[in-house]
Amino acid sequence: MGLVACRRCARVWPGSARRCGRCGHGLRSRDVMALQKVWALWVVGLICYIPANIYTMLETRTLVSSQTNTVIGGALELGHHGDWGVAMVILVASVGIPISKFIVIAMLAYGIRNRSFLSPERRQLMHELVEYIGRWSMIDVFVVAILSALVHLGALVSIQPGIAALFFAMSVIFTMLSAMCFDSRLIWDSMVDDLPPEIRPKSAHPQADRANKPEEGATA
Amino acid sequence: MATGAAKGGQGTAAQGAPATRAGKSRSARRRAHMHPGTAEDPLADLVACPSCDAVFRAVEPAHGQRAVCTRCHHVLIAPRKDAGKQIIAIALSVLVLITAAAYFPFLSISTTGLKNSTSILEAALAFTGDGILALLSLALAAVIVFIPALRAGLSIYVMLPLVRDRPPLPHASRAFRLSEALRPWSMAEIFALGCAVALVKVAGLAHVSFGPAFWLFSGLVILVILQDALLCRYSVWKALER
Repeated sequence: MGLVACRRCARVWPGSARRCGRCGHGLRSRDVMALQKVWALWVVGLICYIPANIYTMLETRTLVSSQTNTVIGGALELGHHGDWGVAMVILVASVGIPISKFIVIAMLAYGIRNRSFLSPERRQLMHELVEYIGRWSMIDVFVVAILSALVHLGALVSIQPGIAALFFAMSVIFTMLSAMCFDSRLIWDSMVDDLPPEIRPKSAHPQADRANKPEEGATA
Repeated sequence: MATGAAKGGQGTAAQGAPATRAGKSRSARRRAHMHPGTAEDPLADLVACPSCDAVFRAVEPAHGQRAVCTRCHHVLIAPRKDAGKQIIAIALSVLVLITAAAYFPFLSISTTGLKNSTSILEAALAFTGDGILALLSLALAAVIVFIPALRAGLSIYVMLPLVRDRPPLPHASRAFRLSEALRPWSMAEIFALGCAVALVKVAGLAHVSFGPAFWLFSGLVILVILQDALLCRYSVWKALER
């Protein structure tokens, strides 16, 4: 319909507008690079998540011993001490949430180009959930920060942060960015029959696609 | 997008939740009325859902009611009575609490005569010692203290003239845009839960006691959440446009 909407303030402008006259946000009907950005940030996040789990998150030095803990190791140790509740909070925040986030973002991004078996409403909900919950993974980094600032009792006991904290924070930040880059309007574009050519993805040639898709759908 | 077109074609009957269909036909009707290249004014009372791009004619609901996108159920407009004044009040208290909470001792532990206490800034800067971790320190200090404070300051700057029916201050729209962009990066409430977890971890090691900043910060978290819940972005942008 030859219009473009501002995603920041919801104002509608003629399609030729490049910048929102109300809030100054850049206008773009659909970012053709959006999916690539999502995938790029997703991969970086995933790469950071590996060292975050391999290296030490916390180093506890006491008079007699020095002990290093990874993310999962620390949570399990808490559990062995009997604090299963807190151990679960940490496990959910630092293992469950990040991994399900990786899976959900990948599903959403994959579902744009390919036939998705979930309804747009469901996928919209998943995207909102990922955007909301993703931040909570930072809790583990905060715990490390608090512990290492607080527990400095001379030679008796002290807690040092490990390099995994940095990787973990970076992983959370990159997946947050990845989820933000995902344009949820792409989910709904599939419901509109007559997309204007300027927002149709470059690769999509209606004729060719229409001819190809049924077979792909049949195999899948 | 031909896939989508095909899917939409067969799916209209299946996706027949009444709200969805109504939304589609309504926006379609509006589409029919519109001609590309009309003057700007007819577009001014349209609102496009930021999450699914359906276009609606904006009818501002009464205070306390909400206008919801019929297609994806995103809340579009949710004005509240005296929201502006409440937001300013909350933002002011957030600023006061943050400055206080940042300096007062936050938590302290003691065991066998040894004692240590930490403030929020110290916790955020815990990684300073070792080279590359200093980066993380800066990021933590930002998301716990500086970004929430900055957002409070920005919202006072934006809302104050609006509440008093004055024209907005220069760069007010830029300020509000920045404040909105920073929203996901303000993590005070997550830090608060982190404190609870850290407490349990330390409890076996030594005796833990709360400093005044702990209570300040708990109040702060509630205020930050409240501030976001009260804000109707559409109304603010509408007001800034005048």
